[in-house]
Amino acid sequence: MTKKRINPRNAYGETLVELGKKYPNIVVLDADLSKSTKTIMFAKKYPERFFDMGIAEANMISTAAGLASCGKIPFASTFAVFATGRVYDQIRMDVAYSKANVKIFATHGGISVGKDGASHQMIEDLALMRVLPNMTVLTPSDAPQTKKIVELMASTEGPMYARVGRASAPVIYKYEDLKNLRIGEGIVVEDGDDVSIIACGTMVDPALDARKKLLKENDIHVRVIDMHTIKPLDKKLICKCARETNAIITVEEHSIIGGLGSAVSELLAEEGFSIKFKRMGVKDTFCESGDPKDLLEKYELNEKHIVKTVRQMI
Amino acid sequence: MRTHSTNLIHKLNLIAVKIRKHVIEMLYRAESGHPGGSLSAVDALVALYFHHMKHDPNNPDDPDRDRFILSKGHAAPALYAVLAECGYFDVKELKNLRKINSRLQGHPVNYMIPGVEASTGSLGHGLSFAVGVALAGRLDKKNYNVYVMLGDGETDEGQIWEAAAAASHYKLDRITALLDRNYLQIDGNTEEVLRLESIRERWGSFGWNIIEIDGHDIGEILDALHRADEHTRQPSLIVLNTVKGKGVSFMENNVDFHGVPPNEMEYRLAMQELNLLEKKLEVYY
Repeated sequence: MTKKRINPRNAYGETLVELGKKYPNIVVLDADLSKSTKTIMFAKKYPERFFDMGIAEANMISTAAGLASCGKIPFASTFAVFATGRVYDQIRMDVAYSKANVKIFATHGGISVGKDGASHQMIEDLALMRVLPNMTVLTPSDAPQTKKIVELMASTEGPMYARVGRASAPVIYKYEDLKNLRIGEGIVVEDGDDVSIIACGTMVDPALDARKKLLKENDIHVRVIDMHTIKPLDKKLICKCARETNAIITVEEHSIIGGLGSAVSELLAEEGFSIKFKRMGVKDTFCESGDPKDLLEKYELNEKHIVKTVRQMI
Repeated sequence: MRTHSTNLIHKLNLIAVKIRKHVIEMLYRAESGHPGGSLSAVDALVALYFHHMKHDPNNPDDPDRDRFILSKGHAAPALYAVLAECGYFDVKELKNLRKINSRLQGHPVNYMIPGVEASTGSLGHGLSFAVGVALAGRLDKKNYNVYVMLGDGETDEGQIWEAAAAASHYKLDRITALLDRNYLQIDGNTEEVLRLESIRERWGSFGWNIIEIDGHDIGEILDALHRADEHTRQPSLIVLNTVKGKGVSFMENNVDFHGVPPNEMEYRLAMQELNLLEKKLEVYY
């Protein structure tokens, strides 16, 4: 059966338009990528509240902070590479340190960006944002969740970073079922008591596929957690997984250093859990150009490799 | 050109000396900080806060207030002294500069001290912040002005030029940047470290209205601010020709006092000079 797919970027653009009506103080900034980030939808509907800052990301972030200081709710968007590493100092000073109500929404995170190559494949953004005090870090996993998370970003005060990928994402949730989604509370998408897979963003869907396969072929019962918030981390849920299942695997389209895997392992070590544990992610390397599917296969971030990892651990 | 009463100018000059004394006292007690660039910025700050800007220390969050952003955050002592003397907080607190558990951080933090708009200290951000404030003001149909002080060395930063382009593109005529043109940065003369001239041609080509004045002449500063406010369709840059370390003879044009506080002897000498200057001004008054 083919899955229904919607691009989270479209969900972002559409949600901004909806929120634009509800919140007259929402403003949107982009750095010459509005057609790709989909902020163009907001730009068309509310041209007076949209600012194209040109290919000048540093200026965009600090300008967003200035707007926030006057009570605006700025959403600043560009690709994840340019939205974080390129403007780290601006985010650090003007957003995080200043506790500014700036929402950075990045698209094109991870390696499934594909053929543009490593220059455009952001695998360090979660690490860079997670280390900043005051910063909330979000990774929605499908279009309905993106809508919900963008709504929460608008209604919750404080500095926030969210990233989605480039590609269309299989739909996991019904929007109506996400009423109770809270920033900082992971979702148990499917329960199980053998292994916990804690995934985020684009890796939640292959984790769910792997679960099905393992149940059918090996009678392994996998619990799949959608950890849409990397920071603040849902410590309670992770500890629960450590107590109730025999192993924990984290999966993210990000370096194994500094992101979800690091956050979970830091917690497990400090809480004194002695449990089988594996981080799946990009293994401290820059990747390359290629079809997204081929890249995810080569760098071992798909259903097949999740299944393999679980089998090895059990 | 508007002319201001000699009484007003005299009063502001006297306040400027007082602020300089605070700066020296604060840095001496803190045993660290930046005397040179604080002293060169004092006269413009005094002109803004004690006469030109629309602001109310009792209502620092007034949405209609004029905004001042100290992009060269290392001149924090001068800003703190001015804010305290205006009544934003107790003057006695100035002695806590750079001390543990104090609000007066080495570089300003927006939410800690009433009257501070932006957290600065990493150079090059303030003009972009001002762009955001001016865009918000336009959306909200407010009439406030946005003043931002830049160091001359600070304009080495690429972000300054991104912001200069944006302010011009969006025709943010409410923005007035004040360039503290003291010709010195840590490694030496600005023209030797990374040439800035021609400032007039560079900023002019970015679409800015340029006004060049003596940055220690209160009358000229007030006139320039007025002209900048009146100018439409373009942001304005006031080039304040200043002297780094202004007001303390042995600190003037001395790059060694960029980021080094006075020792005890230097402190006493500096205060002596400033006290003398204050007396002279008082007698004249």
